[in-house]
Amino acid sequence: MSDPLLRCHALTRRFGALAALNGVSLEVEARERRAIIGPNGAGKTTLFDLITGELTPSAGHVEFAGRTISGLPPHAVARRGISRSYQRTNAFRHLTAGENLRLAAAAGARENFRLLAAPPPPASTSAAVREVAHAVGLGARLDILAGRLSHGEQRQLELGIALATRPRLLLLDEPTAGMSPAETQRMVRLLAALPREVTCLIIEHDMDLVFTLADRVSVLHHGEVLAEGLPAAVRGDPRVHEVYLGSGGEA
Amino acid sequence: MRSARRLALAGLVAVAALPWLVGSYPVKLAQEILIWGIFAMSLDLLMGYAGMLSFGHSAFFGLGGYVAALALRGWSPSLVSALVLPAAAAAAAGLVVGFLSIRVSGVYFIMLTLAFSQMFYAAAFNAEWLGASDGLPGVPRPRLIGLDLDRTEVFHLYILAFFVLALVALARVVRSPFGRVLRGVEDNERRMVALGYAVRRFKLAAFVVGATIAGVAGSLEAQFNGYISPEALFWTTSGEALLMVSIGGAGTLAGPVLGAAAFIGLQSLLSSYTEHWTLILGAAFIGFVLWAPEGLLGLARREAGG
Ligand SMILES: Nc1ncnc2c1ncn2[C@@H]1O[C@H](COP(=O)(O)OP(=O)(O)O)[C@@H](O)[C@H]1O
Ligand SMILES: [Mg+2]
Repeated sequence: MSDPLLRCHALTRRFGALAALNGVSLEVEARERRAIIGPNGAGKTTLFDLITGELTPSAGHVEFAGRTISGLPPHAVARRGISRSYQRTNAFRHLTAGENLRLAAAAGARENFRLLAAPPPPASTSAAVREVAHAVGLGARLDILAGRLSHGEQRQLELGIALATRPRLLLLDEPTAGMSPAETQRMVRLLAALPREVTCLIIEHDMDLVFTLADRVSVLHHGEVLAEGLPAAVRGDPRVHEVYLGSGGEA
Repeated sequence: MRSARRLALAGLVAVAALPWLVGSYPVKLAQEILIWGIFAMSLDLLMGYAGMLSFGHSAFFGLGGYVAALALRGWSPSLVSALVLPAAAAAAAGLVVGFLSIRVSGVYFIMLTLAFSQMFYAAAFNAEWLGASDGLPGVPRPRLIGLDLDRTEVFHLYILAFFVLALVALARVVRSPFGRVLRGVEDNERRMVALGYAVRRFKLAAFVVGATIAGVAGSLEAQFNGYISPEALFWTTSGEALLMVSIGGAGTLAGPVLGAAAFIGLQSLLSSYTEHWTLILGAAFIGFVLWAPEGLLGLARREAGG
């Protein structure tokens, strides 16, 4: 068996007296699609923040592709090939959808420091931008300001921005948050069509999505891993039912 | 777009012809507007494009002025003294001040840049060799191959050339891939970091470019007045440039030039009638912030139905 792509070692993060994450260990194989579920406040977003370096762990560390990334600044983590989307859309509101995608695609490009280089052609003509836009269903919306897109489209853009950096590991924080059932359906299709080379961690409340997409599921509860396994096994786990599925956990 | 360019070109020709068309006072006014226009544009790069509200931009303006004054007076009345040395000094200072200030943001960034510029002010104010509170008088204009810069029309074209150079360079910078990155930082800095941009490096580069051009503007100011005094370093100098950028429209480059024209024009118009012209200026500024936050240029565009 190959080494896992992502390895979290006993990650703990405290906010004052509260341990938002408490000794979480997690291993994700390359090409795997892992769902992270758990009630609100379980520490799911905090886990992502610790992986990306946006928060520093109180204890424990994260390894990516065999090397420790904890302690690196977030931009350096991103350059290693980790990208994330946010629970609340976090795009460049005053730029067009195309420009949003291009900025993401151009992260790390050498030409970014060429102060006197000629102005680049419109983002909508860039092949990299068009490809991602197509993958997230925004091909016809590239010239619209991000802030003017519908909620569903903004969520698609959120995914597109994360994808455009060509990550090896993609962290998706509730990609269907606030979506209508039709929009959710569409997002499930988009996610299912992502290339397998991109390893995915998906925080999600929508159980259909989880059971459609995920190879394995980890359940977080009060900052700890309550259960982990194949979707069917997790679904049958009585403890999981108690804290989450049974108690109408679609919150 | 094309018509805007034509308009700019026509304006340029008109400004260039001023010494042959009008008296010496309006020409002086135009030169002051050009110099402050350069200064305001350089601040706009920070404010309007990179989202850095610097209250310390006067440090580089004043530094450029002092270095030019020292070099032109004591070393040689050459373009090296008038341009290269002030620009280099301002760039170096911008690198240090920027490196330290960019570690913080928001109010702390404002306070830090303000504090740095006040240090520069205090240093000049207390330095005998810099003329202390009087500053350095008798700054000669440089001698360029066969050009007599003491003649009004020659000096006018000389300043205009610097203005055009600064405008073209900055317009190029903000449209370059680098400029796009700055726009991203201004819009959503946190996301830029998450995408993998070493945001501080981009901000620092913008800060240094802005400081360098501010230094050139300061040098021109010293040549224009024939002296430089600590007032150039004082925080109100930054404040005036800030007003010009806000009144004209941040993030447009052309806007701050309009802002400089409005500011300096209003100042000369009102100060001959009333001592309280700053009060009127303040009221105008408040009006802009409340009802036309996009500035003069934004107003003009709105009127044009754009
Ligand atoms: N920056 C913060 N400061 C203080 N408490 C926080 C912060 N971020 C998250 N928390 C707390 O940590 C816990 C876990 O939050 P979070 O990771 O966002 O949960 P989830 O994403 O699973 O809903 C919550 O109780 C939340 O209030
Ligand atoms: Mg969350």
